[in-house]
Amino acid sequence: MAFSKKSIPFFIAILVAFLPLNGNASPLDTVAIKKEVITIEKKEVKDEAAEKQEKIDEVIGHHVLDGHSFSLFEDEAEKVHYGFSLPIILWDNGVHFFSSSKFHNGESVAESNGNYYFLHHEKIYKTDASGKLNTELVEGEEHVSNAQPLDFSITKGVLTIVVVALLMLLLFVSLAKSYAKNGGISSGAGRFFEPIVLYVRDEIAIPNIGEKHYKKYMSFLLTIFFFIWFLNIFGLTPLGINVTGNIAVTAGLAIITYLITTFTAKKDYWMHIFWMPGVPVLMKLILAPIELLGTIIKPFSLMIRLYANIFAGHIVLMSLVALMFIFHNWVGSSMSFLLSFAISLIEILVALLQAYIFTMLSALYFGAASEEHHHEEAHH
Amino acid sequence: MEGNLHLIGAGLVVIGAGLGIGRIGGSAMDAIARQPEATGKIQTAMLIAAALIEGIGFAALFAVK
Repeated sequence: MAFSKKSIPFFIAILVAFLPLNGNASPLDTVAIKKEVITIEKKEVKDEAAEKQEKIDEVIGHHVLDGHSFSLFEDEAEKVHYGFSLPIILWDNGVHFFSSSKFHNGESVAESNGNYYFLHHEKIYKTDASGKLNTELVEGEEHVSNAQPLDFSITKGVLTIVVVALLMLLLFVSLAKSYAKNGGISSGAGRFFEPIVLYVRDEIAIPNIGEKHYKKYMSFLLTIFFFIWFLNIFGLTPLGINVTGNIAVTAGLAIITYLITTFTAKKDYWMHIFWMPGVPVLMKLILAPIELLGTIIKPFSLMIRLYANIFAGHIVLMSLVALMFIFHNWVGSSMSFLLSFAISLIEILVALLQAYIFTMLSALYFGAASEEHHHEEAHH
Repeated sequence: MEGNLHLIGAGLVVIGAGLGIGRIGGSAMDAIARQPEATGKIQTAMLIAAALIEGIGFAALFAVK
């Protein structure tokens, strides 16, 4: 036929009629392939998320837990650690003293006087020359069963305590000396702390302990107030030194409070605990063990309060910062940044508040311990 | 629901602490409204009570964990 205008629709119709022959795959096959692709993508995304979660756990752990070497910065790509190593002091039938650089950030076995030690999750285990850790399953969790030497190392926390102690010495000794130089008026950086010292004396020590006996306890109260305050503030820096969020440190402070109340207590204090006046004998017998337990529980609550506040605060702050990296887009990350900023302002308030609460409750317990006998009016 | 009932307990602890501290804050504000010159003392007492309640809350949270 001639290729006239009228026959073009005819050719197009034939072409369209033969089009379905191009479909080779059956409809069922395409669904199967699509499903596989989707599950593989999901698994990749899940693995990526799990990896991110692990990395975040590691970073949070590094910030919040104590460590044997001071690691400031880590370059993942080049595997370089910036920081400095601290001395390791072990007691294992003899003193072992070496630098934590021998561990190479938990990768190599350190040898000292014939014994081999390996660092795993910031714990030192005694191993053989190859550094093998014997793991066993305890309640479904992997547990290392190697022997552990007594660890007296200078860790991050110990170093921070020493640094803060030196800082406090410097600050307050210079403040005290400046009074002699300037005829009763302080000068220098210590000026900021003079009203705070007066506040601790006038609002915490005297109301709780009384005019007669407060001077004995003032040094301890002042020390503990500034010690806890400075350590809390240090913990908020990105250096990753979390000292008061470590239950051993708060336990030590609470034990000192307990020892002071026990050893400076007057007879009245023990009378009030074991044989309280004005109570029928049967009740006295019931209340005495409860009161005795109370003397232990009060410092225990001091320890838990400080530890939990600071530790939980750090975890929440770090998790919110990590949220910034999980979101990875403009809206989510900026929201979590603002939230973590607000929470860190609250943490600064909590740092001061927890120091104040610890000091005030200690003063309360000291006041109860050193109370004079003034029930004479009640005993007609 | 195998072993996660303790998380519901943790939530209850937080509700309790929140309610307690909220009540203290409320009465503190009423007291300040009545006597603005005693604001300093009231604030101090409020913060102390709040810290004590928070202490129990945190202790319970750690026990639950």
